[in-house]
Amino acid sequence: MAQHRVIVVGGGLAGLAASVRIAEAGLPVDLFSMVPVKRSHSVCAQGGINACNDVARQQGYSEYQHFDETIYGGDFLADQPPVLEMTNWAPKIIDLLDRMGVPFNRSPEGRRDLRLFGGSLFKRTHFAGATTGQQLLYALDEQTRRYEVEGKVNKYEFWEFLWPVITGEGDARRCVGIVAQDLRTMQIRAFRADAVIMATGGCGLVFGKSTNSIICTGGAASRCYQAGAWYANPEMIQVHPTAIPGADKCRLMSESARGEGGRVWVPRKKGDTRAPRDIPDAERYYFLEERYPKYGNLVTRDIATREIFSICVDDAMGVGGENVVYLDLTHKDPDYLTRKLGGILEIYEKFVGEDPRKVPMKIFPAVHYSMGGLWTTYARGAFRPGAPAGEHKSGSLPPVGTALGVGMRYGAHENMRTNITGLYAFGEVNFAFHGANRLGANALLSCLFDGLFSGVSVVNYVREGEPAAKPAESLPAEVFDACVRQETAKADRLLATAAQGPGGPETNPYVIAREMGEEMTAASTVVKSGPRLEQAAAKIASLRERFSRVRLEDAAAWSNQSLSFTRALGDMLILAQIIIRAGAMRKESRGAHYRVDYPDRNDAEFMKTTCAAYDPGAADPHQITYRPIDADLVAPRARTYGKVDG
Amino acid sequence: MTTHAPRSKPVAGRKIRVTIKRAEGPGKPFRWETFEVAPEPGGNIISLLQKIAADPVTVEGRRSTPVVWDSGCLEEVCGACTMVINGRVRQSCSCLVDDIAPNPGDEISLEPMTKFPVVRDLWVDRARLFDTLKRLKAWVPIDGTYALGPGPTETAGQQAVRYVLSTCMSCGCCLEACPQFNLETDETRWDKSFIGAQGFSQARLFNDHATGAQLKSDRLGVLSAQGGIADCGNAQNCVKVCPKDIPLTESIGAIGRAVTLHAIAKWFSGRS
Ligand SMILES: Cc1cc2nc3c(=O)[nH]c(=O)nc-3n(C[C@H](O)[C@H](O)[C@H](O)COP(=O)(O)OP(=O)(O)OC[C@H]3O[C@@H](n4cnc5c(N)ncnc54)[C@H](O)[C@@H]3O)c2cc1C
Ligand code: SF4
Ligand code: SF4
Ligand code: FES
Repeated sequence: MAQHRVIVVGGGLAGLAASVRIAEAGLPVDLFSMVPVKRSHSVCAQGGINACNDVARQQGYSEYQHFDETIYGGDFLADQPPVLEMTNWAPKIIDLLDRMGVPFNRSPEGRRDLRLFGGSLFKRTHFAGATTGQQLLYALDEQTRRYEVEGKVNKYEFWEFLWPVITGEGDARRCVGIVAQDLRTMQIRAFRADAVIMATGGCGLVFGKSTNSIICTGGAASRCYQAGAWYANPEMIQVHPTAIPGADKCRLMSESARGEGGRVWVPRKKGDTRAPRDIPDAERYYFLEERYPKYGNLVTRDIATREIFSICVDDAMGVGGENVVYLDLTHKDPDYLTRKLGGILEIYEKFVGEDPRKVPMKIFPAVHYSMGGLWTTYARGAFRPGAPAGEHKSGSLPPVGTALGVGMRYGAHENMRTNITGLYAFGEVNFAFHGANRLGANALLSCLFDGLFSGVSVVNYVREGEPAAKPAESLPAEVFDACVRQETAKADRLLATAAQGPGGPETNPYVIAREMGEEMTAASTVVKSGPRLEQAAAKIASLRERFSRVRLEDAAAWSNQSLSFTRALGDMLILAQIIIRAGAMRKESRGAHYRVDYPDRNDAEFMKTTCAAYDPGAADPHQITYRPIDADLVAPRARTYGKVDG
Repeated sequence: MTTHAPRSKPVAGRKIRVTIKRAEGPGKPFRWETFEVAPEPGGNIISLLQKIAADPVTVEGRRSTPVVWDSGCLEEVCGACTMVINGRVRQSCSCLVDDIAPNPGDEISLEPMTKFPVVRDLWVDRARLFDTLKRLKAWVPIDGTYALGPGPTETAGQQAVRYVLSTCMSCGCCLEACPQFNLETDETRWDKSFIGAQGFSQARLFNDHATGAQLKSDRLGVLSAQGGIADCGNAQNCVKVCPKDIPLTESIGAIGRAVTLHAIAKWFSGRS
């Protein structure tokens, strides 16, 4: 019998959850990652992971309310059934992590402790100190290592995914493997697989400085896009309200700081030069609390970000006239803070040199998360209400229970599959679940949910779908060889430019990358407008032209990081183009996407998924269309978070 | 470390010298190169290396290549960017230039870790560190990923102990500083080589978990064999360099005691 195999590209939370689930089902997994998987970007996640729990439940909360919050938080752009399935699974996922040994914080009675997070009035966020992502990633890393020892998972660390190998045309396209490069030896080769899961995370580096890790370029997703996979909602980029601006990156101050009581303020008097503790309470402007009495500092991220931005940029009320506001924890007990938030307070101390237990932190918004990503589909589950429900009130009976498969059909082959058979997208690179704005502590959940729930779909597809009759192993070598030739030629062309000698800033990849980041941050983050986006499109086009003449300064045939970086830069410029184009075309404001020239949400025209398809032969390769969304569970309603005027 | 010296006032607009120990590949000769750089306010070692990458010209005016180094999170939580800075092993992302080179003409030296084979320049291959985790079965042997209810409960006190141990980011600082831990390029000998503090501490982490303890005896078997706890000279260099303040001395003590008890139990049960 043929030996089936699955390739997982990416060893963050999503990739590891998938690897464990698939290996457990008996299919061998080849796991690729640019970094040792334990060092993946998921390690940065701080605040926690959401799930309905016994305490919240007895206060009137439910899985269904978690679902309703997520849809409302995402400003009604997400397909609804997958979100329902995810929030229904959340409590089971927490239990599983608990069994794996994740040191979740404990209550005095030894139960899992909970904290508040944005977009909810209930404590439903589970956490391990302020390094929850690290603790979750390590737990999955340990389980993966166990399967590695048993020979069921094969790791390719320090390998870079370059291209998906696809056979057939149109609807008959099928992904049968990948081409990858060893970042040490620089060997480029093909790997066969019956299914390929992309779990390569977000694309923060397109914006230069973000809260992301250095490897979050989006390069892998861009390559899939260029190979024919659709890219959805590229314009939906989350800017986190509270980060420490830095020279090399913006370091996040997790929403948990506000969840544990942190208050955001500026001096009421413009240009007040007093030290923060010398400013009496009455002379402080707690603008989030005053404007949103219901949610206070815990309004959603897009709203908090815009308010901070407007205080600093429009009203020039930033601390000391600069683009910063205070995030204040100094009213809390220092020991309590260390216990609950130690990890992030340490980051602040280390990088700023002040103790946030004693001095309010200075923060400003920074690019954080990509709601958009590779387009995926799913099989709808059993729940089909006659009419969409209105806002779910806590304490009332949910219209549907938590039985397996009410949202998505468990085990269906197409769950979280791209438009190409055999090619799946899990985790942040998957556009599903978060709509136009992600709620804090929902990302880790969606990564794990993808791996655990849709991992089973991949197994079923491999055993029952096309690979059953025609395993990748049996296919002729030519299709694989052709992709290797293509990628080798690309790499050789870039390496050959080193012989021309340096060409100055015009053609230096690091300079082009910096200019791209600055332009994207200026034009396409908190506040966008048609004319500004047009200007940005021209700038990116000129950067692409310069990139066509790019020159490497390193021709080494061994461990050449400049090659890897420069290649990814080319792919980031392509993502930048669709981020801008989709932003210009979406003539409304929704969630993280705010257009000054179209400040209102326009459901009639734009409650639709932006879908970008790449046609390399066309004069304009980016073809953007709109797809209807599955929105018959909850009716759209105005998203105000109880804002009051003033 | 949570405490650090008060910041000195860095001189704005200064230029400093960065001397880097480089090698083209494993087993290739080392060479030193010096670059002059104007650091950005608040910048770290990584931002210096990025500046050099954008224009890699040495102080002698010779055009070189961008330096190769490893990094990830840039906030001291992934462990990737570890190197030897001014003779001390630490993370380059959390090493601020203003702190270590505040004056014009100040020098910074960067070297790759010495206990792991160099891949290129400042990038080393720490596969052995992860191999140690396999050797020690550093995981909780769960019954699979199906929904089987919650895990064992633990007190807030137990959680606090395990949490700190579990923040180990496999950076290898403790191994670089350890007199007993030496470079070993032959993978087949890793099984018999000194485990080191990160391994001792991770073994303790899993021994202390109710389900993880199922494999305690296997772990203690490895820890009492060649390369195990008996080879630790108790110099305590390890605990001084751990960036996460992991109580490695306590872990070494705990493993020492557990290994002794394990030996006694084996002796009484007649198994050798
Ligand atoms: C600072 C910060 C704090 C956060 N805090 C929270 C939080 O508290 N709660 C929450 O829910 N979410 C949080 N998030 C979001 C969350 O951390 C991420 O969305 C999530 O970790 C993404 O996981 P992932 O598995 O999709 O990808 P990642 O963890 O980003 O992993 C991507 C993987 O893909 C690999 N890869 C990438 N490109 C290639 C390639 N070309 N070839 C081979 N491999 C490749 C990488 O090596 C890596 O292994 C936070 C994010 C940040 C930045
Ligand atoms: S105490 Fe043991 S592990 Fe730590 S440095 Fe000394 S010999 Fe190495
Ligand atoms: S114990 Fe500390 S020094 Fe050693 S690898 Fe872990 S984090 Fe690094
Ligand atoms: S880059 Fe992650 S620890 Fe420095």
